[in-house]
Amino acid sequence: MAVNTALLKKVCEIIGPSGHEEHIRAAILEDLKGYYDDYKVDALGNLIVHKKGDGPKMMLAGHMDQIGFMVTHIDNEGFLRFSNIGGFDPFLLVSRRVVFANGVQGVIRCERLDDFRKDLSQNKLYIDIGACCGDCAKKLVKIGDIAVYSASCQVDETKVMTPALDDRLGCFIMMEALKQLKAPKFDCYFVFTVQEEVGLRGAKTSVYNVDPEYGIAYDVTLAFDTPKALKFPMKMGGGACIKIKDNSVLCSREVINLMEKAAKDNNIKYQLEILEGGGTDAGAMNISKSGVLSGVISVATRYVHSDAEMCAISDIEDSINLTVKVLEMGA
Amino acid sequence: MLIKKLTDANGLPGNEGEIRSIIKEELEGHVDSMLTDRMGNLIVTKNAGKPGKHIGLSAHMDEVGMLVKRVEDSGLIRMGLFGLDPRILPSKIVVIGKDKVKGVIGTKPVHMTKADERAKAIELDALYIDIGASSKEEAEKSVSMGDFVYFDSEFTEFGEHKIKAKALDDRAGCGIIIEVLKSDIKTPVTAVFCVQEEVGLRGSMAAANRVSADMFVNLEGTVSADMPPNEDYEKVTVLGDGPALSLIDRSSVYLKEYVNKMTAVAEENAIPYQFRRTGAGGTDAGNYHTAHGGTPVIGVAVPCRYLHSPVSVMDKRDYENAIKLVKAFINKYGEEQ
Amino acid sequence: MDTKKFVMSICDASGVSGYESEAAGIIKDAFAEYCDEVSIDRLGNVVAVKKGKGKAKVAFFSHMDEIGLVVLGLDKNGFVRFHQIGGYDQRTLLCQEVVIHGYSGEKVFGVIGIKPPHLQEPGDAEKSVKMSDMLIDTGYSEEKLKELVRTGDIITIKRKMIELKNEAVSGKALDDRACVAAMYECAKLLKDYNHDADVYFVATTQEEVGSMGAIVSTYNIEPDIGVALDVGFAKTPELKPSQCTEFNKGPVIEYGPNIHPKVADMFKEAAKEEGIPFQLEVYTGNTGTDARVVQVSRSGIASGLLALPLKYMHTSVETISVKDLKATGRLLQAFVKHLNGKDLEETLCL
Repeated sequence: MAVNTALLKKVCEIIGPSGHEEHIRAAILEDLKGYYDDYKVDALGNLIVHKKGDGPKMMLAGHMDQIGFMVTHIDNEGFLRFSNIGGFDPFLLVSRRVVFANGVQGVIRCERLDDFRKDLSQNKLYIDIGACCGDCAKKLVKIGDIAVYSASCQVDETKVMTPALDDRLGCFIMMEALKQLKAPKFDCYFVFTVQEEVGLRGAKTSVYNVDPEYGIAYDVTLAFDTPKALKFPMKMGGGACIKIKDNSVLCSREVINLMEKAAKDNNIKYQLEILEGGGTDAGAMNISKSGVLSGVISVATRYVHSDAEMCAISDIEDSINLTVKVLEMGA
Repeated sequence: MLIKKLTDANGLPGNEGEIRSIIKEELEGHVDSMLTDRMGNLIVTKNAGKPGKHIGLSAHMDEVGMLVKRVEDSGLIRMGLFGLDPRILPSKIVVIGKDKVKGVIGTKPVHMTKADERAKAIELDALYIDIGASSKEEAEKSVSMGDFVYFDSEFTEFGEHKIKAKALDDRAGCGIIIEVLKSDIKTPVTAVFCVQEEVGLRGSMAAANRVSADMFVNLEGTVSADMPPNEDYEKVTVLGDGPALSLIDRSSVYLKEYVNKMTAVAEENAIPYQFRRTGAGGTDAGNYHTAHGGTPVIGVAVPCRYLHSPVSVMDKRDYENAIKLVKAFINKYGEEQ
Repeated sequence: MDTKKFVMSICDASGVSGYESEAAGIIKDAFAEYCDEVSIDRLGNVVAVKKGKGKAKVAFFSHMDEIGLVVLGLDKNGFVRFHQIGGYDQRTLLCQEVVIHGYSGEKVFGVIGIKPPHLQEPGDAEKSVKMSDMLIDTGYSEEKLKELVRTGDIITIKRKMIELKNEAVSGKALDDRACVAAMYECAKLLKDYNHDADVYFVATTQEEVGSMGAIVSTYNIEPDIGVALDVGFAKTPELKPSQCTEFNKGPVIEYGPNIHPKVADMFKEAAKEEGIPFQLEVYTGNTGTDARVVQVSRSGIASGLLALPLKYMHTSVETISVKDLKATGRLLQAFVKHLNGKDLEETLCL
């Protein structure tokens, strides 16, 4: 089945950094209408969508939040200082355009520095929204307002390139899998989590409530196929990634085997993933209560946490198919 | 297996007695005479006085390694190195002296190091052997200054046709000569098992003056760098491609005429061979070819990965082909007038 | 089984974080001889219970996972690229012999090579070799190797434990299987002893990657007192006195915010009562041990921490004294004895 790129574009372009997931949550819920048995939104804002199935409890988790910026100070000249929401490399930020929830556009620039390479850090950066003075700026933006990269979502036949692929892509894969799902052999909880980028917080609380036996997280992972990249195995276009480890989790062999079997039986292209750093919602699920057998299906993505996160359409399709087959195959 | 016996034995430069005994035992009954000179070189003759070209063979008995340099008051042992890269020492088990006392070389826990420290090599001064002794007095009951220290490395066959052992440089050469001398060669051969190659080709300086042959074939374990990311031209030799013939190194220029004789024999007998594709390193051949007003030399070597480490690796087929090649060479050129 | 024999058998077994089953199997069988129940939970922790009178729950935690390597991928000509699970000093890996636990079920031997001195460039000798530049040589052709090994396969250093002088032993994975053996020694000592508390011996998983096993097992057991046992830095020439404790002078009773002071005090008293040698040490922050997660489990656990002095941590020649190991086992037994007749509510009151 062809990937619904219109929907992908839509979910990628909604503004929603950690703690501000209300719009994306509403959009997901609206889109899934008719495909679930029931749903709830918990105290932190996680969207928990239940699709009944005959088998053990399985929680699927993809995070709705994206990285972003929060205004912390507006100076008399109209320049904005900001705090990061999630992890950024300051070198990637300089000259990036950002957009606020109310549509105001700005650009991140850096103070003049004696030695840019040595002295650059995030507190040397500011956002310029072109305001003539502090008062003018305050009419457009307030302290506490949030912004994200303003680049649009570009899709063609082979790739998608956009900010917020991390992790709207995970949400999208879960949404599409839910819609295609026939008779799951797991009792499935599709959880669209909050605040992953600031420490897997939404997953931690939602998994506590759901209390599943199995867990699968959906996220982007790094692709190591660019010039002179380190020799890690993941490649863009190499198929759905079945994670073996990252810094937050050593995935359950049982879940890995399940995924591999589903992929092999159904001729779905996949690759095994080993990541040095990084973490996903699986890290939180794994150690909840008596332990959750956890795995991750991820998509090899170039330039993660930049405004041009890029992945292959074919990998998205493989990930959706793999999810459906795993859920229909059962433990 | 002969190569296992040879590599399991220990022989630091100047302390090759154990190797010499094994060789003598192996050759007993297969040769005319065996002589140990003042330095410890073992000189062996076969078919002396019979007609034919007199061909010299040479390999060295010594290996790189360590010895006990000093026992500290704490009972810890500091070591001196022969040709070893100190970077391979951390986190290894070693065996010391005749009583085979076991000890370990540890390092500072990783938790106590910083990233820039881990990017630098650990220097020899920071390393020591711990045998569990709590004082110098206790340690010296079983270990003495000057004792040989070697890695606890077992001869292992693995992968496809591969052997892992220490001291393949140059017990491989010793093994080749032993097998050749045990065979039915008909013409006069003098074999030299040298001492002290690893400290400056010293044993062969003396041996070359004693032995006068029509030509010398020097047998070595040589460097291979056939692993990624090396390009083909950087590989020096490739395991499994056959014995490597030397063209030039820091001690010798191998005369083309004689190298061609060897390649001709290889081709006639369908024995694979390769050339050693570097000019680095030096061998005992240098001493033979400048002795007695000049002697032609040929270098034949078995390619080995990780030379000068306890985990050197060679391909058994290269070793066996080197034996075949040297035998065939003697059979053909020994009879040449 | 003799405790020294037991520690040798578990240390030679493989059990890299997340892949502890081989070691876990041996541990489970060994504890079954001295305990009432032994089970393995969802994250692989081995939980052995020696029932007392049910007056309290005391849990001892020692991790059975070891640091290890993992296959990243195959390179040309039968070479394997790898990465680590847990933290190595890359300088301890050169020229090690390894075993790749292949997906095929085959254990593949290999060596981590080094460029020989003959081919080194000027300056090479001063730098350490980066782990990302190291390769494992399996001696196989690429085609054959593909049938045996693939991405994600676990690699262990090939190492058999050896005995040194003065009852010292050296091997891989003594961090922290030496403490698993100390718990085993305690289980043996408690066999025919009547104690008030139910004693849980937990061999935990995944400590080296964040104490995942202890998080889950503490939640399940919900003990009144949870004591982690881990190895500590024993004195060697390269460590400052403030960084280490003495070798062969007994277990170390730890104090600090991560430790319930009354639990530490009770260990001290118990050691004195039984004449067991001990040392004291203070940890100012979170300890890098299972105690870190045990303390904050559920609504809070009275936590303790004992350290067994070990030299050369995270190398394949980790060295401990069997005398220290046995003293640690005796101290655990003394602690259980010490709890007899005590009202924990009162004893642990801060």
